[in-house]
Amino acid sequence: MKIQICKTYDEAISDIKSNSTIMIGGFGGAGGQPTRLMLALRDSGLKNLTLIGNVAGISKTTGYGWPSNIEPIDHGIFFESNQVKKIVCSFPVPGTTKPLSDIEKSWKEGLCEVEIIPQGTLIEKIRSAGAGIPAFYTPTGVGTPVAEGKEQRAFHGRTYLLEFALPADYALIRAHRADTFGNLEYVGTSRSFNPAMATAGKVTIAEVDKIVAPGKINPERVGTPGIYVNRLIEREAGDPLP
Amino acid sequence: MSPKHYRGDPAPRSSREDIAKKAARYLPQGSAVNLGIGIPALCANYLPKNTSIRYHAENGLLGYQELWPKGEGNPNIMDAGGNFPKPIAGMAFFDSVESFNMIRGGHIDVTVLGALQVSKNGDIANWMISSRGIGSIGGAMDLAENTPTVIVTMEHTTTNNEPKIVGNCSYPLTSKGCVNLIVTDVAIIEVIYSDIDNIQLLLKETAPGWTKTDVQKITAVELFQHLPKA
Repeated sequence: MKIQICKTYDEAISDIKSNSTIMIGGFGGAGGQPTRLMLALRDSGLKNLTLIGNVAGISKTTGYGWPSNIEPIDHGIFFESNQVKKIVCSFPVPGTTKPLSDIEKSWKEGLCEVEIIPQGTLIEKIRSAGAGIPAFYTPTGVGTPVAEGKEQRAFHGRTYLLEFALPADYALIRAHRADTFGNLEYVGTSRSFNPAMATAGKVTIAEVDKIVAPGKINPERVGTPGIYVNRLIEREAGDPLP
Repeated sequence: MSPKHYRGDPAPRSSREDIAKKAARYLPQGSAVNLGIGIPALCANYLPKNTSIRYHAENGLLGYQELWPKGEGNPNIMDAGGNFPKPIAGMAFFDSVESFNMIRGGHIDVTVLGALQVSKNGDIANWMISSRGIGSIGGAMDLAENTPTVIVTMEHTTTNNEPKIVGNCSYPLTSKGCVNLIVTDVAIIEVIYSDIDNIQLLLKETAPGWTKTDVQKITAVELFQHLPKA
């Protein structure tokens, strides 16, 4: 598989169209978030997007996961510009409503749909999509609003919910280094949703701090094998955004 | 933050820090513990440096203790509350699939969670205030449903002094029949699951200056000091 190495963020997302379903990697917070690709997607002006993320849109109001000397950027940027039809995530709003986050504001105005999924179910839905598993049973959510309308089945005396795989047209992910075969190396807790999303996007685009020659990444340290990656874009040296 | 005092209280209620300190006493040596956001996260401050307890953060971190002051530190070493722990020997990093395998697979021994309400059946509601119409589940449902020991830390009442320990939760549930211990600013209560139709709330401890009667007044369900004979 040929890895496309892009010169600009715009080039990396140039074939994405309005109405696409797009996964955005990371956990929430600066680490592991493909922030430059997100900014390019915002600037593209594409509309009616379905976004899939985890903790989404709380950093701008709470500082969650960002160093205090940098203005946080989160999923809220797409809601400010009304580009989102729906977001699927586990944590769309902070505890506080003062000030109201971009997602909650947009949701209250009826501009977008918000689907809230338990985090472990969300990541397993994404993993399943990439692993050729159409559906799975989980005990999480039984007896709660999450169970409404879902098939239930008992195994060994415990009740489980049937949950379905969640694929996407594109996965925008973030890693520390890539080699030109697309092998990705992560650092610290920046793995989070990135490796699973890399497997679940029809097209996976990785924003990395550095692109290196094959062999520069120890094969033992490859977190995402290059087979899942379609495009790479390298951060500018000294980029002040974490 | 100074302890709250409501009209009719016999003595001040404990601070958030004191709630966390009391809850930390119930964390067994050698266990893997996940701390939720808010009061639960404060528990980490009340363990000795050489503790054998291993903290799990669901974003993909096992083995952290001290946090950098808010906004300082490395964004690539984060806990699930968005804080940055200091690197220590023996840390392990992993992705979210692995992290929730640990949780659903029952490998995390104890979770400490905040709550809006806990019911007499050990149900917990902690992700949405119904009138707001939108809330955040995060890892709470997976943790509450699948962790063998669930400790709730919370204020005993709402800011209007309404009970948060209730017959049935009026807010949307996080998980049913999962809470084992409730540590509040006036009491420590154990949930005893004798059998499916016989669940009792056992009052183990009251805050200084508080009697069982005082705690009962702001609790919507009956508290026992001794388990009734079956």
